[in-house]
Amino acid sequence: MNESQAWARAYYRLRQNWLSLVGLVLVVFLLVVALAGNQLAPYPEHISGSVDTAMRFQAPSSAHWMGTNEMGQDVLSLVLGGARISLFGGLAVVVLAAVVGTMVGAVAGYFGGWTDEVLMRLADLKLTLPGLILAMAVAAALGAGTMNMVLAISLSWWPGFARLVRGEVISKREEVYVLAARALGAGSVRIMWRHILPNILSPIIVKMSLDVGFAVLTVASLGFVGIGVKPPTPEWGLMLSTARGFLPDYWWTAIFPGLAIFLTVLSFNLLGDGLRDVLDPRSRR
Amino acid sequence: MSSTLDQGAEMSLLHIQNLHLSMHSFEGDAHVLNGVELKIEKGQIWGLAGETGCGKSITGLSISRLVNTPPARYLDGQILFNGRDVLKLKESDMRQLRGREIGMIFQDPTTNLNPVLRVGEQIADVAYEIGRIAPEILGLTATARASQRKKAAQKLGVDMLERVGIANAAQRARDYPHQFSGGMRQRVLIAMALVGQPKLLIADEPTTALDVTLQAQVLKLLSELVSSSGTAVLMITHNLGAVAQICSHVAVMYAGHVVESGLTQEVLSHPQHPYTRALIAALPKPGIQRGTLSTLPGRVPNLIDPPPGCRFAPRCAQASHECTLAVPALVGKSDTHRIACVHVQPEVFA
Repeated sequence: MNESQAWARAYYRLRQNWLSLVGLVLVVFLLVVALAGNQLAPYPEHISGSVDTAMRFQAPSSAHWMGTNEMGQDVLSLVLGGARISLFGGLAVVVLAAVVGTMVGAVAGYFGGWTDEVLMRLADLKLTLPGLILAMAVAAALGAGTMNMVLAISLSWWPGFARLVRGEVISKREEVYVLAARALGAGSVRIMWRHILPNILSPIIVKMSLDVGFAVLTVASLGFVGIGVKPPTPEWGLMLSTARGFLPDYWWTAIFPGLAIFLTVLSFNLLGDGLRDVLDPRSRR
Repeated sequence: MSSTLDQGAEMSLLHIQNLHLSMHSFEGDAHVLNGVELKIEKGQIWGLAGETGCGKSITGLSISRLVNTPPARYLDGQILFNGRDVLKLKESDMRQLRGREIGMIFQDPTTNLNPVLRVGEQIADVAYEIGRIAPEILGLTATARASQRKKAAQKLGVDMLERVGIANAAQRARDYPHQFSGGMRQRVLIAMALVGQPKLLIADEPTTALDVTLQAQVLKLLSELVSSSGTAVLMITHNLGAVAQICSHVAVMYAGHVVESGLTQEVLSHPQHPYTRALIAALPKPGIQRGTLSTLPGRVPNLIDPPPGCRFAPRCAQASHECTLAVPALVGKSDTHRIACVHVQPEVFA
């Protein structure tokens, strides 16, 4: 089987569930928006913070599809502009957490014994604290800023990956091909990198794609409570938080950022389910 | 390394002396190896025969020191490979032996190859690692760069696939293990084990998972490859037919102890130990009458609480009081033929 056949088969499996395809299309759409939000926005100057007080609280119309907010900014432009922070924030959190969690889990699972105990109790310790509270505390301590926010959330995110990877490594470590590789002179690094990690990549990728949605949600939550990115950078959680004071009269200021969050979480979950079907055929219904 | 030189020419390739190993378990410590004795010289092909659980595989794994400690514990004895006790080597030194000096093949070719790595890459990985210690195997000098080594390793991998009879080797090297049949996978494993031109090849039931026609092919291939290079082989098996086919020597194990060893001819034609006799009598022959297959009464002893003295005594027709006094030592009947049974010794030395 060559590469193109493998891709064709992966696409075939993904297609078995039309919801996964919807997820894929939506994720691609969201990524395009995140990359080109400023170009797509009808009022790009609003994204960078300019206000138009004459146009406050305009209801949705052909000029402002999603209406305007309390400062007369076009909500559609802000939602498009906010996609960047939310999506890349969410992706960065998951990638960082997956890298750290995989390293910790792999070391703990492979070496076992005291190494395992210390690392996993550390992870357990982390799991005793509610993730959002920890992230808030850390973000508040580090100060506002996108990077700090990503770091803060990742700090509460890695133990999930560490536990997943540890379990997988423990089961793969006992495979005969690992023993066979050791018998022919492979060292720990080679066994881990060449023999174990490629075999456990699927669950990691699936968890990553399922987690992006929740990470986006967490980024928005931090924005909502006022920790995270600084205004005027548009951010969905922050927009929701501000709009809260103008409900229910100016509902459009809250509904549209909320819908954007909802759509992002939903699409990454649909895609994650689809990827699980592709990568782990045994768990298919 | 100095100890290697001290012992000079009399040194055997592999000399296992009085090896005792216990395995920790919930029920207690099982005394799995009870004084294993084995001596292998260059170019010899040894069969290590015995029933399931007698310690054959643990002995094989011990030579490459692949038994996890704990739960296992070496109580006594040594495994001298080229005069060096592998049980006392540092892990980094041990890694230099594995693959380069000691090759290994395991039983089930379906689980021995990593399913997500291309076959060629898996052989090349082994060759690359060996090229660090012994660049000459890749046809390189010690100053070769990693990229050169990588390239040479890939080429050697394909060459090895060709040597074990994989048609279209260059192309098949890009395939994944699931695209190979069982027999071909076993050939791939043989290629991997021999890529470092090891001095000793440990083959743990290399043909058990294959059907009868393939067994013969694989055994023939194995003996051809080792006879051209002078590699010694320790073939662990419960198939006396396979032993008769390729082995020059055979050792029979029972419950953690070598009960009889010698030239294949001697042992299989004139078995002395009651266990060896029973084992040979139990071989099914094509002309056998239905229901007349002979079996050995009783069961393998519990190794947590083994019977005193000779561990075979409870199942042995010739057992007497003396048998329960002490574990009988392996004593020579001829220069090569050695038996561990109190009833055999008096006949010889009387």
